[in-house]
Amino acid sequence: MIELEGLTKRYGEKVAVDRLTFTVRPGIVTGFLGPNGAGKSTTMRMILGLDRPTAGDVRIDGTHYDRLKDPLTYIGALLEAKGVHPGRSAYHHLLCLAQSNKIPRRRVHEVLDTVGLTAVARKKAKGFSLGMGQRLGIAAALLGDPRILMFDEPVNGLDPEGIHWIRTLMKSLAAQGRTVFVSSHLMSEMALTADHLVVIGQGRLLADTSMAEFIEHNSRSYVRVRSPQRERLLDVLHQAGITAVENGNGSLEVDGSKAEYIGELAARNQLVLHELSSQQASLEEAFMRLTAESVEYHAHSGAPEPRQQWGDDWRRG
Amino acid sequence: MSTPPPPMPQTAAPDWQAAPGAAYPAPGSTHSGYHSPIPVVRTHLGHAIASEWTKIKSVRSTMWTLGVFVLLVVGIGLLTGLVVSGSDPDAGGESPLSLGFFGLLLGGMCVITLGVLTTASEYGTGMIRTTMVACPSRGRVLAAKAVVFFLLAFVVTLVCATLIGFLHVALLEGHNAKEPSGEEWLKGTVGISLYLALLGTLSLAVGSIIRHSAGAITIMIGAVLAPLVIALFMFSSSLQDVQQALFEYSIPNQMSIFYANSLSESGPSGWDPLWIMLVATAAALGGAFALLEKRDV
Ligand SMILES: Nc1ncnc2c1ncn2[C@@H]1O[C@H](COP(=O)(O)OP(=O)(O)O)[C@@H](O)[C@H]1O
Ligand SMILES: [Mg+2]
Repeated sequence: MIELEGLTKRYGEKVAVDRLTFTVRPGIVTGFLGPNGAGKSTTMRMILGLDRPTAGDVRIDGTHYDRLKDPLTYIGALLEAKGVHPGRSAYHHLLCLAQSNKIPRRRVHEVLDTVGLTAVARKKAKGFSLGMGQRLGIAAALLGDPRILMFDEPVNGLDPEGIHWIRTLMKSLAAQGRTVFVSSHLMSEMALTADHLVVIGQGRLLADTSMAEFIEHNSRSYVRVRSPQRERLLDVLHQAGITAVENGNGSLEVDGSKAEYIGELAARNQLVLHELSSQQASLEEAFMRLTAESVEYHAHSGAPEPRQQWGDDWRRG
Repeated sequence: MSTPPPPMPQTAAPDWQAAPGAAYPAPGSTHSGYHSPIPVVRTHLGHAIASEWTKIKSVRSTMWTLGVFVLLVVGIGLLTGLVVSGSDPDAGGESPLSLGFFGLLLGGMCVITLGVLTTASEYGTGMIRTTMVACPSRGRVLAAKAVVFFLLAFVVTLVCATLIGFLHVALLEGHNAKEPSGEEWLKGTVGISLYLALLGTLSLAVGSIIRHSAGAITIMIGAVLAPLVIALFMFSSSLQDVQQALFEYSIPNQMSIFYANSLSESGPSGWDPLWIMLVATAAALGGAFALLEKRDV
């Protein structure tokens, strides 16, 4: 179990992680989702005691990381930046880690076997492909047979087979009762692996919910309507008590009504429709909406001025 | 948007239930569900030292720097020995051990390089994060690196210095060279080896502070050479005292004190250089430790 309480990290003026409070529980895969630069890696480094929090606290089973007497049997971590000396062999890399935690040498062979690197164990890490490097990192994370596992964007740059392997691995680790905490900037990836979801944007907590609940709340179905008589269509919908949201490309999105009903409504009012379709918002869209709100919230704090377009600054200047 | 976390789903854990001795944690219990069969041990400095020993011997740069060191110390030692014994029938009562100085001075650069690499290279490769995750006690990591490096540098230097010491004594036999006393032997072997190993450990501390291999090596080589070079160009007589001090306390001159007691009347003599280097190294390690504790990895 990992418990964060008001965890905050500043780099100079920049607030990378902003008062995060949540708990990562055992027995499930917890997805840690956020766009690039949201503060996921920074949070994970603070959990591991690598970066010192500016404020707040993070505990592993009630203890600070640097108080763990056998850290590798508590937590195994795959960090974003590859922490491997390119001139050292996979075997020696794992051996020196094992020795620092008095983990028996046979475990080195076991984990090399688990990740399928036995054949290249004596080869230098600099010759490894991206996938092999990722496997070596995972072998290091599994070395102490830890009860908590943390993976920072583990599928980045992997081929489909490697991605599948990592997904299966994470699920089986969680099924054994371990705590599995995995970050990603892809909603689709999380939807496939995570049981629980923690979403952050600009360092702030945006959602802390079970995956099922997230899907239920966010799999919005709506009707898309497009008409050359857009203004009249809006009036008609308005009179029927239906709110429509304008979509960027000239079509309207209608929540909470069936396509049939809107079609009949249009016919009754002799409106020409160019498009009428039922739509299902993807989770990816839901995630983007969630994080976009956080961006907007930041840009406007208090002042209700129109949203700036990208590039406005330099066009005016 | 935030909703309270749901109760722990305890249905999705078949293996966990089957695991021998694994307690079924109640919701909200402070312990994670999985219990490893690997025995729990309280790790200590010894484990960190074993780990650092594996690290230092499993990269080729260690073999290269130490190989070049042996080549320089023994090669240059052998050459000077042969030249002196071949051309100079009268060594003027000098101790033959002093011929080892040149090789060890140049070899010192290798010791500096290896010392810096022991710490700084981990920052370049990102290995330091892996290291600190495995051993969150940062002081222990630094101590283990210092111990392993110091012992390695000391033993290798001692073997080389002793080897060329015997070589020089043998080569200059019958050339009116002085028979080295016990104290001279001690200073010319153990003394100079301790000094070089400390110089390397100082570099290791600087590497940990600078976190950049090339930068730290440049600083250390500058520290060895700059005082001599600066002193060389101090022509003004008003600066004579400064010039004298720069010369006397420069690292090459301090190294020469291990071979001759009275190079200059004032300044360090006897075993002084060793104590000076010991204090400098301890201070640098203290600074490195304080910064390590304070900074993010
Ligand atoms: N060492 C650092 N110094 C300064 N800024 C940093 C540092 N590490 C991260 N940041 C900044 O903090 C923010 C969060 O970064 P990061 O945790 O890497 O995000 P993520 O992993 O979610 O993509 C980014 O804006 C990044 O530029
Ligand atoms: Mg990241």
